[in-house]
Amino acid sequence: MIGNVFGGLARAFACAALLASFAAIASEGPRLQTAPINSHDVASLQNGAKLFINYCLNCHTASYMRYNRLQDLGLTELQIKDNLIFTGVKVGELMHVGMDRKDAKEWFGVAPPDLTVTARARSSGAGSGSDWIYSYLRSFYRDPSRATGWNNLVFPNVGMPHVLWQLSGQAQLHEEVFSSEHAFKAALIATKGVAQFEEGHEIKDGKTVKRYVLKTLTAGNGSLSQVEYDKSVTDIVNFMTYMAEPARLERRRIGFYVLMVLGLLLLLVFVLKKSYWKNIH
Amino acid sequence: MAAVDKQPVTGAGPLNGMLTWVDARFPLIKMWEEQWGKYVAPKNFTFWYYFGSLSAFVLVLQILTGIFLTMNYKPDAAQAFASVEYIMRDVWGGWIIRYMHSTGASAFFICIYLHMFRALLYGSYRKPRELLWIFGMLIYLCLMAEAFFGYLLPWGQMSYWGAQVIVNLFAAVPFIGEDLSIWIRGDYVVSDATLNRFFAFHVIAIPLVLLGLVAAHLTALHEVGSNNPDGVEIKNQPKDPRTGLPLDGIYSHPYYTIKDAFGVVVFLIVFSVIMFFLPEMGGYFLEYNNFVPADPLNTPQHIAPVWYFTPFYSILRAIPPLLNSQFPGVLAMGASTTILFLLPWLDRSPVKSVRYKGPVFKAALALFVIVFLVLGYLGTEPTNVWGQFGAWLGNADRATVAARICTAIYFLFFILMPWYSRLDRCKPEPARLT
Repeated sequence: MIGNVFGGLARAFACAALLASFAAIASEGPRLQTAPINSHDVASLQNGAKLFINYCLNCHTASYMRYNRLQDLGLTELQIKDNLIFTGVKVGELMHVGMDRKDAKEWFGVAPPDLTVTARARSSGAGSGSDWIYSYLRSFYRDPSRATGWNNLVFPNVGMPHVLWQLSGQAQLHEEVFSSEHAFKAALIATKGVAQFEEGHEIKDGKTVKRYVLKTLTAGNGSLSQVEYDKSVTDIVNFMTYMAEPARLERRRIGFYVLMVLGLLLLLVFVLKKSYWKNIH
Repeated sequence: MAAVDKQPVTGAGPLNGMLTWVDARFPLIKMWEEQWGKYVAPKNFTFWYYFGSLSAFVLVLQILTGIFLTMNYKPDAAQAFASVEYIMRDVWGGWIIRYMHSTGASAFFICIYLHMFRALLYGSYRKPRELLWIFGMLIYLCLMAEAFFGYLLPWGQMSYWGAQVIVNLFAAVPFIGEDLSIWIRGDYVVSDATLNRFFAFHVIAIPLVLLGLVAAHLTALHEVGSNNPDGVEIKNQPKDPRTGLPLDGIYSHPYYTIKDAFGVVVFLIVFSVIMFFLPEMGGYFLEYNNFVPADPLNTPQHIAPVWYFTPFYSILRAIPPLLNSQFPGVLAMGASTTILFLLPWLDRSPVKSVRYKGPVFKAALALFVIVFLVLGYLGTEPTNVWGQFGAWLGNADRATVAARICTAIYFLFFILMPWYSRLDRCKPEPARLT
């Protein structure tokens, strides 16, 4: 019996290793940064909620989330009503927005998406959805060719302008072109922040050669320092991660107890099975 | 009259009276004893034998959680996505029920695939269990339909475009395809009408058929008796003079009742780890893109079905179109599942179990498993995932070439089976179980 199980497992692992070695070939994409969030940090979550409602909720909706659910973050209904509701709705209502979707589409080219579950929806092989939002909000740069005057490394040609620009300042794009893969990779590793890169080909002297483009940003000069700005973005992402799945912490807590009970049950059933089967050979 | 002839029920304590009353009017004790209580099973079941009872367990789990989800879900294109988030946030315990159901869907397929692999290992489809295998295959087809219909209900981008792609497969049928796909959708695109009918199929039509088939599957099993890892019929053995049972047979109750209970607890532990700590399972159990509401005007760049369909989806993509028609691919995909029905007649080996089969069958089975996993992986990825070959192979996608080779091996495993299984050097089966 054991032999069969392990034979099967060994086959599966050999196969997975083979697949992993092939999958390492990636050619382009943003390199995301890990969001340094802490879902137990109540102050960060509260600040994130405040920033989110002040900066994001004017155009975006969070229409699966109720205001009074923010009690999860240690706020009372009165605090929520007095400090976080600007639209005059009742505290049990969903986080809708006054902006008309048709107007929004005309202004930005696309209606701003609902943000309730964005921290889950933006997950991919490159990182979690939280990492994506964290990188995205730190990747706006000045681009006069865009109607809004802004562009983004993580989301090229995004319709959204840089709402937090007064805090972050105006970053500039820095583009480097490499023809050697080695030099490109060294530069990518040396770059600490968010980076966007493409791997392509170009024709030089009648020959096809590899061409690597590495795009990074040079910091702007806003009302917040780089560290303070990153902290604010972290708080927003922390809140959005909570909002995407309010039951997440409860889920893990309950899961822990469920596993403990099941562990005890396993012991019991195992002993019972042994004693029933002791005469079967 | 039966009511007078029957013995009173004993051994049920305070329930004796009630059971005697019921048993006089309904064959309760007889059914229990035939189906489980006095059912005699071989005593040497291995790890792989857990997955039958586990599949039944997950079926019950899915039905129970499904009932509670249905109480709060709205099968309406304008409200479906929001109602799922409502369940996740505002319904008391809703997230537990929903994660149980979504994890259960994948768990069901894992159990069924391992259950089917068991049949391949030990030749459980061979005479006299052909019909048992066919009922099982029908259950598997129903399960695929059930999963397909159910996946549309959350009304996310992957729900929507996955359904669009699959329904469009029917459009590849020559002549009637276009009308057929409109008939299935009830519209020119996947829409509210489609959602409503898929909901009806998911919550009532398919589950009814599924339950009927499970009953038939179990009845057939208890009629012919369980196979075992040695592939030896215990019914042909001499009876033990003390117990009157075949030498290597034991009552399934309490022996396998308690053993399967152990299996259920182990399963629940794995299930809980996923459900409580990794409900998305890295995007395989809950696809990330499905957290974006369905948008008929915005096609996602990469549409992949959920992992349990991907081996067959790979086969579909591997077959090149003929005269601009995807129909050959659709046929191949259909054939890749239906060919399994023929397994009892393809296997001509003198022995049932892999334990006594020769090296050729063992190699073929190992290769088949690898190919199935590779096809499954490739189906989750875009076709350029492994890059391209050089100009010497026409810059073909490596993954497509790999999928074609795997597809060929997949079918050859079945098509060549009548020959390699007969010519293989098998060992003799023992008289007793080992």
